[in-house]
Amino acid sequence: MAETVFAPWDDPNETPLIRFRNVTKRFGDFTAIDDLTLDIFEREFFALLGPSGCGKTTMMRMLAGFENPTDGSIELAGQDIAGVPPNKRAVNMMFQSYALFPHLSIWDNIAFGLRRESSDKAAIAARVEEMLKLTRLEKFARRKPHQISGGQRQRVALARSLAKAPKLLLLDEPLGALDAKLREATQFELMDIQEKTGTTFVIVTHDQEEAMTVASRIAVMDEGRVMQVATPDRIYEAPESVYVADFIGDVNILAGTVKATGDQTYALGIENGTVTAVSERPFSDGQNAHLAVRPEKVAIHTTAPEGTDNLLQGKVLDIAYLGNLSTYHVELPGGQIIKAQTANTRRLSRRDITWEDHVWVSWTKTAGVLLDG
Amino acid sequence: MRRAVLIAVPYVWLLALFLIPFAVVFKISLSDIALAIPPYTPTAKDGIWAMLSQLDFENFVFLTEDDLYWKAYLSSLQIAFISTVLTLLVGYPMAYAMARAPEQWRATLLMLVILPFWTSFLIRVYAWVGILSGEGFLNQFLLWIGIIDAPLTILNTNTAVYIGIVYTYLPFMILPIYSALDRLDGSLIEAAEDLGCSRLKAFWLVTIPLSRNGIIAGCFLVFIPALGEFVIPSLLGGSGTLMIGKVLFEEFFSNRDWPVASAVAVILLLILIIPIVLFQRNEQRQAEAEQ
Repeated sequence: MAETVFAPWDDPNETPLIRFRNVTKRFGDFTAIDDLTLDIFEREFFALLGPSGCGKTTMMRMLAGFENPTDGSIELAGQDIAGVPPNKRAVNMMFQSYALFPHLSIWDNIAFGLRRESSDKAAIAARVEEMLKLTRLEKFARRKPHQISGGQRQRVALARSLAKAPKLLLLDEPLGALDAKLREATQFELMDIQEKTGTTFVIVTHDQEEAMTVASRIAVMDEGRVMQVATPDRIYEAPESVYVADFIGDVNILAGTVKATGDQTYALGIENGTVTAVSERPFSDGQNAHLAVRPEKVAIHTTAPEGTDNLLQGKVLDIAYLGNLSTYHVELPGGQIIKAQTANTRRLSRRDITWEDHVWVSWTKTAGVLLDG
Repeated sequence: MRRAVLIAVPYVWLLALFLIPFAVVFKISLSDIALAIPPYTPTAKDGIWAMLSQLDFENFVFLTEDDLYWKAYLSSLQIAFISTVLTLLVGYPMAYAMARAPEQWRATLLMLVILPFWTSFLIRVYAWVGILSGEGFLNQFLLWIGIIDAPLTILNTNTAVYIGIVYTYLPFMILPIYSALDRLDGSLIEAAEDLGCSRLKAFWLVTIPLSRNGIIAGCFLVFIPALGEFVIPSLLGGSGTLMIGKVLFEEFFSNRDWPVASAVAVILLLILIIPIVLFQRNEQRQAEAEQ
């Protein structure tokens, strides 16, 4: 059975659940969000990714109703939500600190939102039990927040924010306080829950791995602007700017001037020679450009291989051993460093490249992305 | 050895300044009034055994016979209770405003709350006499703006006592509540609003319960000293203001009946032990919850 790919952003007939239209937010002289336009669709798991201070939290707080835009409008399901207070929005938020009520039990924390809109005790109890089951917290219902672990608290916060079945759930660095192992497990749990409930999730994070793992689309932000919105693989494989390429993962950036050599094929004159790259985006001769190549797409050799598109010689400066992978830092004659990553398929003692070795690095012409200078 | 010395310091302090004086007061309360110096009998001069054999609970029995005393105790409890409630009503909004004030203002506001302590308590209470009296500032002001035609009688009434107690003990109410509100995580209020609470509802369901320990601490810190208060009712209160502190003073200095005065003091202490123990328990529970 052919599954249809979930990609409402490519379908012109879909109407987005959330529309940011030319939204600007200023705090005094500081512009937190700068003329931002963005669509988020129903059932999406949308990640706002960026360094701290890039405005991602401000965007989330505007969606929750704690801030209002200075300019522009935000629409939720076709309605302008400016000025609607947080308690009147079909939006719930999971706070970075979890913000669990310390004086209430887990059960009462989850029931808190439900009690505000209904007095049907049986219905509330049923919904709370459902949420406890969803987040596997049945055993802890009677405990207070300070009597459970960090991971459990995180699940309580999730259960509480999902209890009212919001149209949109906002997650502010939801996994920031968890340790690495638990974080990984919880990421999959989040995706699972998102799929089960069909709620639209907007997650704010500075952790790119987290964004790549959970999100259907990622918006990479910097200084109040969205640099690129795309699926994780597009963000990684086809960044539109040096900033995005550099922000996501590890990357080699080579600067030079472009010269067209064929159909969609360009030669980039760099300090140590010329490299070839394929680009769908047109470049004019003599234009300054950057080539971004991921380290895992760069191969390292002890002898010069034949028939490679791009080959450069250098000296091994450093080796970062990560267990499963090794990253070689190869210094080119001009001082530029190229990182090449290989999987450690052989035992470390049998590695044939070591410090100060003269090596060759190579990559294909489709491995890199040519970006505007 | 050093540890023993360190621990001994507070114990010696308690023994010398609390337990021994209390034993002395208790002993006097069991004695009889006499025209002598000191004005009671028996004393240690009669010999320890002779002294002990003459002690009795006569004065305590007397306290139950004359209704002045239990009326004074009851009226003190009532005045202390009402003033505590009034102090809470005035103090909570002030503490709340302080905790919500911009960071750079808080130290100054805190300073302003503590500032009155730099002046003598007695002078500050006397100042209220000047404000509340028939020709005082308050009456002159009210007459001047034309709200009243004749001066109000505030001084020498229970109202003046309430004003005095609320004014004097306000910092004791504000400080613990402020400290509780200051620690309150602002995202809890946002979470409550996010989950459907109006501002007022969030205040009622989150802010109040989470500042409860501060409220309890503040109430005890006001109630306990207010119960035995002497200066405020004697300066601001009238002949109708019946408070046990005043009775104690009169029994001791005007009547020179040390044994009865001591018995009054012992009973007052016993009454105070209840709220003090409750206060301690609250503090302990709070410390446990914070761990």
